Amino acid sequence: MSKKVTNVVFAGIGGQGVLKASDILADAAFASGIEIKKAEVHGMSQRGGSVSSDVRFGEGVLSPMVPEGKADYLVVLDETQVEPNAGCLAEDGKLITVNHLDVSKLQSPKCVNIALLGVLSNFLDLDVEILKNSVKANLAEKLHEMNMAAFEYGQSIEA
Amino acid sequence: MADKILVNGNVAVAHAALAAGVKLGVGYPGTPSTEILETFSAIGGHAQWAPNEKVALEVGIGAAFGAARTIVTMKHVGVNVAADPLFTVAYEKVDGALVIVVADDPGMASSQNEQDSRNYARAAGVVMLEPSTSQEAYDFLGKAIEISERWNVPVFLRLTTRICHSKTVVELKELSKADFEPNYEKNIPERVMVPALARAAHRRIVAKLHEIEAWACEAGSGMTEEKNGDKSMGIITSGIAAVHVYEAAPEAGVLKLNMSYPFPNKVVEEFAAKYDKVVIVEEGDRIIEKDCRMIGVEVVGKPEEFVFGELNVARTKKLIAGDGSPDAPTPKDRPPQLCVGCPHRYSFQVLKDLDAVVTGDIGCYTLGVMPPFEKIDTCVCMGGSIGVGLGLRHVLPDDQARKVVSVIGDSTFMHSGLTGIVDMVYNRPKTGHVVMILDNSITAMTGMQEHPGTGRALDHSPAYQVSVEDVCKGIGVENVAVFDPLKEQEEMKATLKDYLDNDKIGVIIARRACIIALKNLSQRK
Ligand SMILES: Cc1ncc(C[n+]2csc(CCOP(=O)(O)OP(=O)(O)O)c2C)c(N)n1
Ligand code: SF4
Repeated sequence: MSKKVTNVVFAGIGGQGVLKASDILADAAFASGIEIKKAEVHGMSQRGGSVSSDVRFGEGVLSPMVPEGKADYLVVLDETQVEPNAGCLAEDGKLITVNHLDVSKLQSPKCVNIALLGVLSNFLDLDVEILKNSVKANLAEKLHEMNMAAFEYGQSIEA
Repeated sequence: MADKILVNGNVAVAHAALAAGVKLGVGYPGTPSTEILETFSAIGGHAQWAPNEKVALEVGIGAAFGAARTIVTMKHVGVNVAADPLFTVAYEKVDGALVIVVADDPGMASSQNEQDSRNYARAAGVVMLEPSTSQEAYDFLGKAIEISERWNVPVFLRLTTRICHSKTVVELKELSKADFEPNYEKNIPERVMVPALARAAHRRIVAKLHEIEAWACEAGSGMTEEKNGDKSMGIITSGIAAVHVYEAAPEAGVLKLNMSYPFPNKVVEEFAAKYDKVVIVEEGDRIIEKDCRMIGVEVVGKPEEFVFGELNVARTKKLIAGDGSPDAPTPKDRPPQLCVGCPHRYSFQVLKDLDAVVTGDIGCYTLGVMPPFEKIDTCVCMGGSIGVGLGLRHVLPDDQARKVVSVIGDSTFMHSGLTGIVDMVYNRPKTGHVVMILDNSITAMTGMQEHPGTGRALDHSPAYQVSVEDVCKGIGVENVAVFDPLKEQEEMKATLKDYLDNDKIGVIIARRACIIALKNLSQRK
């Protein structure tokens, strides 16, 4: 898998944890010894504006930005952000959105980002344990339990 | 083997500064540059926020005159504020290293313009290095320090949004440390720029730039990087554009300018001679293109479309193909809004109720331009609200003039509002004038930085707190009133109306903390 570059785009609204999710994935790829680059657009994100982040890993990644129409996975945390980002998805790319989840099954709506990472993990050729460790390393200890539950719930979803 | 970390360019610069033993980091916040000093401080460096970029550069100049390694950080528009000292320190001898780290924002992810700092390098005669990855941001800070100390000149390290905010792997190599300690050596001819001395200094710096150019053209300087390619096309590029080029045109020969000023003429000439056609791929203004033409190297520049916005792989392909047609419009992003519960909202309601004409400034409160308020009528630059408001007051008919209110944030007031207040009392408009200072007790827009009015230093430790009201009273403003815009909204409105209707000179301070800053504060406790 590390032969080919995998392109993932995360999108949502400021405050939903878009950048956190992309950091977790990037750190997991890095910890797995895979070449990795990550870009993000955040300006005035506290105020509910659009936020997105690109994660690219695999051999020979050059630009940190996922080219238009080349995303293998588009992970969207807020329904309103599906349309503005749809153009980045490759023809055979996979769209994973908050609609795949039953948010009431999460201990907090703040865990949507981690639950979607769980869904995404089913498609990636990354060691799930490394990904889970990366979730923990990026979150305060008191949040571990509910986010691990969210991640595992995500893993149980067929998207 | 040295440690490896996955970090963005800002964090990489901070680590390099620590590894190189930088004694002082000073700057003013501005996206996308802000995390450099925050990180430098967090990992043990001495970092501080200056009230604005001019003061930051001046403090940095002093430290470098004192033979200390110094970095000064700011966003691109900050260089406009710091331009006065910049153009003259370019003539002067620094004993320590003086590296000005500037972050440009092509595409304006969070800026009011997309000016290209490479113009400043040329205009002021200051060496400029341009990393294209986090690793280069790290390595080039080390290089910039070496150049600064070897030739005793200031050096620019130019980052752009995608360098600042993209994470790539950095090997934390050892960087050479200074073999001298801070110390002052008197040197009037090279430090006191009176005309007689400055004339000689100007010649000296131009001679040094020639020397630096010659060194940059030597193999092994690391200031240019060449990738061989098919003879049909060579590409000259720099910064983040280079990584797009490698992906967009894998067959092409590429010359990447790690030092983009002074321009490495000889290397460029030799590179160009090898290819049938030479294309320039640069983000921002057409600078490499002009530099090539200056030395008679024939190149294909970019269509005008690419003067706008940032490059990516797809646009780079179009650029190389000479296709200057506009890109398909991207679906609209959701624009940012004032947070629900933001204290600025209550102040804008008052301005709306009184139908004020609001000359605005730069900060979260610029979002008062959005519905439901639409109560920012002008926005130019930091501190601009006061002067622009006064200008309107001086020329408008009285009934219109009486509606003009200048609105400015607390950090912006410290940055460049003070002199506007001085002008208000000195050149008093016939109808008076009112400045509203929206004091949310933080620099919110850029991500919650301290400033001289918060009573806390960059690392949030206690510091002297400059009082906005005392400053205004001290300057001579006759009416200064402080309100909580939520709890005393009616009183604030009545006072504003009184000042406006009765041609008073007044400052109204609307003081209530940013809700996000409060949350951070309680988390720190
Ligand atoms: C010359 C210059 N330096 C820095 C910036 C980046 N910047 C934009 S707004 C702002 C300060 C905002 O703080 P404040 O005035 O307190 O308003 P708030 O965002 O807290 O409402 C800064 C530093 C800029 N636009 N121009
Ligand atoms: S971050 Fe603070 S100042 Fe900015 S909009 Fe939100 S509450 Fe207001």
